[in-house]
Amino acid sequence: MNNLKKIKIQLNGKKHRIKMGYNLKDLLKILKKDNNKVAIELNGEIADKKKYNKIFLKKNDKIEIVQFIGGG
Amino acid sequence: MKDDFIIDKIKFKSRLIVGTGKYKSFQQTANAIKASGADMVTVAVRRVNITNKKEPTLMDYIDPKKITYLPNTAGCFNSRDALRTLRLAREMGGWKLVKLEVLGDKKTLYPNMIETIKSTEVLVKEGFKVMVYCTDDLVMAKKLEDVGASSIMPLAAPIGSGLGIQNKINIKIIKEQSKVPVIVDAGVGEASDATIAMELGCDGVLINTAIAEANNPALMAEAMKFAVIAGRKSYLAGRMKKKTFGVASSPKKNLI
Repeated sequence: MNNLKKIKIQLNGKKHRIKMGYNLKDLLKILKKDNNKVAIELNGEIADKKKYNKIFLKKNDKIEIVQFIGGG
Repeated sequence: MKDDFIIDKIKFKSRLIVGTGKYKSFQQTANAIKASGADMVTVAVRRVNITNKKEPTLMDYIDPKKITYLPNTAGCFNSRDALRTLRLAREMGGWKLVKLEVLGDKKTLYPNMIETIKSTEVLVKEGFKVMVYCTDDLVMAKKLEDVGASSIMPLAAPIGSGLGIQNKINIKIIKEQSKVPVIVDAGVGEASDATIAMELGCDGVLINTAIAEANNPALMAEAMKFAVIAGRKSYLAGRMKKKTFGVASSPKKNLI
């Protein structure tokens, strides 16, 4: 496992290292986030929920994962 | 008496809409929402917590299948950020009904109406149903309706101020000139403020801080529920005419 190459991404404003070959579905899985409770923005574009398993992460990708929180 | 509260063809049970911010816990939020009888709540869009993977979420406590989530753009000071937020909200759960709020002043949290109108136009074209937070300016309110707002939400007073309705006449005029629902948003401090908003003819009231910052939020939520109902019934019943002098309630005839 450790032999697998890691890539740098920016996740919610912070630098993050992730294994190469991961897609957005994998990312949510390792973060333990429910697909139905979040939305993802990839490099400024909203990612289509239905395509999370087809969108693979690349070096320097900027990802924002958001959810609903309490607000007025 | 049939008196449905309909926003862009969606029927709601309660004319009270409650915000979910500022509560001490999710449990307290859930208790207050339940006591308020509201079937629509506002929610904000924020980054998920990446470090705490087991952090509870609002959806664990308030089921969006039972209570309509109204995503807001709180904290956005320009059209670009507001549009980004609501597009993400739509992707999250397919919500088309949203609350737009574009702020213009950090101290008073007054809306920037130029950016607000611009954003409403774009959102309407993208198929959103937009409930719009706005100043109590009747010209701006009309403009919002013209560009397709689903409801007009003038402030009673600055957000979180609890000052009550500062300009009753403007709110009344906005209601009278609008074909879409008018909902007083922001500035309600206590139950009587909500009643006054409804007595002015408004279709609903949106309250957050007055409930969340009460000593007993669930009890205040219940008070607001009754205040809105009382105000609505009072409005529908039609008030008596005001008179300058006293008019006795008991007959003068056959006085002993």
